[in-house]
Amino acid sequence: MEFKNFFKKRKIPLAWLLLTRQPLRILVAIAGIAFAGILMFMQLGFRDGLFDASVTVHKLFDADLVLISPRSKSSISMSGFPRRRLVQAMAHKDVTGTTAVNWNFLLWRNPENLSTRSILALGFEPSKPLLIDSDFERKAKTLKNKGRVLFDDLSRDEFGPISSWFKSGKVVETEVAGKRVRVSGIVSLGPSFGADGNLITSDETYLELSPGNPKGSIEIGLVRLAKGSDIEKVVRSLNISLPSDVKVMSLKSFIDFEKNYWKSSTSIGFIFTLGAAMGFIVGCVIVYQILYSDVSDHLPEYATLMAMGYNLRSLLGVVAREGFILSIMGYIPAYVSGQALYALVRSSTKLPVEMSFSRASIIFCLILFMCMGSALAAMKKLADADPAEIF
Amino acid sequence: MKNINNNTLNISSLNHWYGHGEMRRHVLQSVSMEISPGEVVLLTGPSGCGKTTLLTLIGALRKVQDGELKVFGKQLYGASRKTRQNLRKNIGMIFQGHNLLRCLTAEQNVQMGADLLSGFSYKVRRDQSREWLRAVGLEDHLSKLPHDLSGGQKQRVAIARALAARPKLLLADEPTSALDSSTGREIVDLLKKLASEQSCSVLMVTHDPRILDVADRLLQMEDGQILPSV
Ligand SMILES: Nc1ncnc2c1ncn2[C@@H]1O[C@H](COP(=O)(O)OP(=O)(O)OP(=O)(O)O)[C@@H](O)[C@H]1O
Ligand SMILES: [Mg+2]
Repeated sequence: MEFKNFFKKRKIPLAWLLLTRQPLRILVAIAGIAFAGILMFMQLGFRDGLFDASVTVHKLFDADLVLISPRSKSSISMSGFPRRRLVQAMAHKDVTGTTAVNWNFLLWRNPENLSTRSILALGFEPSKPLLIDSDFERKAKTLKNKGRVLFDDLSRDEFGPISSWFKSGKVVETEVAGKRVRVSGIVSLGPSFGADGNLITSDETYLELSPGNPKGSIEIGLVRLAKGSDIEKVVRSLNISLPSDVKVMSLKSFIDFEKNYWKSSTSIGFIFTLGAAMGFIVGCVIVYQILYSDVSDHLPEYATLMAMGYNLRSLLGVVAREGFILSIMGYIPAYVSGQALYALVRSSTKLPVEMSFSRASIIFCLILFMCMGSALAAMKKLADADPAEIF
Repeated sequence: MKNINNNTLNISSLNHWYGHGEMRRHVLQSVSMEISPGEVVLLTGPSGCGKTTLLTLIGALRKVQDGELKVFGKQLYGASRKTRQNLRKNIGMIFQGHNLLRCLTAEQNVQMGADLLSGFSYKVRRDQSREWLRAVGLEDHLSKLPHDLSGGQKQRVAIARALAARPKLLLADEPTSALDSSTGREIVDLLKKLASEQSCSVLMVTHDPRILDVADRLLQMEDGQILPSV
């Protein structure tokens, strides 16, 4: 709009004045919208955080392709397949390396209060790559001694103050599956939905910790390809050449496979989306109530304006602007509280809950929609403003 | 439509009914009258005789049911909603109650009137609003809310608001009834003075016998009919 035109068009900001001269009403409205917004931020944040958390370890794997058993449904129910399949995969010309990974839950004893808790244990050959982490190779070397484990310092606090003890130079020893182990290093992976904590150990130590594991059976096979290989093509040809007791997929499909499990086989997505929907509905009701009673209270004044020559459209515009102002004023505290609560969640649950731009804008749109929809509904009341009745 | 005689208002054989069927009441019966530009006309009559009804019809706030009603030469019988709406911008209205917007200051209330004018910048409209408030003697109360003004002061703001839109016809329905007699007198004098400065016609309904002398012409109404002038 042209600047000069703006001053020609500019009028008394009626919507703003209506709202700000009624501090109690606007406070209730802002509190209601902010409440709805915070609820949506929390629910959707938790939902996305949980899905992201389910693949914290997956994302770190140093692999292009992954082999799993077709019977594996998710990270909490991994089935084994013969380790030989990895050797067979090596025969493919594009494959440059493989790593066999054991993956299962074992009982960890908290060395401080001696309580036990299930922890996800990964076993692998320490001389081979496992995670994409510049410092990991050095740490992996310490696993060549038997009975050594790397502990995930993002594990929940219930496992004990392992990393702080370790960093203070203390020798940290405890029991895993009833056998003595010593912490020889610290890694940062993060808890997931299924696992409150993680530890990494050598394949030899792993077998000692879970003697029931069938010999030569692994849960995950990591496959690295030569630079520039066509991943999808290799996946297809390996799936054909390998027996049907393994399934080959790209690392990305493996990550999606895990996320999909939590999305489709559990009610997590539904529950949290429902929670967010509840927040949305509560917000709608509150904003509608506020705007409706605001219009009702000012009905004679709206009728006066109509008698003066203001048309219905400009009065509808006042209500719409009230809705818009409320949406902005309610979103800001919701966003700020959302940030604060995410930080709180990260520190207390170690879930990777972040304020993403897409979520922030989706919730802004929802709040805008909520306020404008309520304004639209409240406008119906304006039809009751009859300028003939005010004399 | 041509305005043959340039009258502000032409009414002939105007009828109006309220209600339906058994309850139908004939409140305006073949009313005819006219007002010429700049004229101040007072309308009196017993309660319930149809004065307010006539005013709302002239103010284009009600649909004309039967008869001729021309304001500034515009026929209101059968006029569209939009025509009526636009016409209202040229008709100032002052109500029995002040009907100010509670959440706006005196100055902002007057500017709600001035904002109806197109082609002026915000600043010009604001200055005009202040000018009007000065004209009604409220220059010291610009930023007061209606809540903090006396009854007479509120009615002055209402006058300033009505005039700020530069109407050519001012309709006032018992503007003094909520005021004590000396304040009422001041308000009516002010109204007449400012209206005549703008050469704005005035049609005022009143019961107050002490203010009848401001009128150029007096109309009396009874049972929905205008009595022949004496
Ligand atoms: N909206 C309406 N519906 C039905 N009847 C109405 C309506 N408005 C007014 N009336 C009736 O029409 C008649 C004329 O009313 P009107 O308000 O025009 O009278 P008035 O001369 O202004 O009276 P007053 O001096 O008391 O203000 C009255 O009998 C009134 O009861
Ligand atoms: Mg009346």
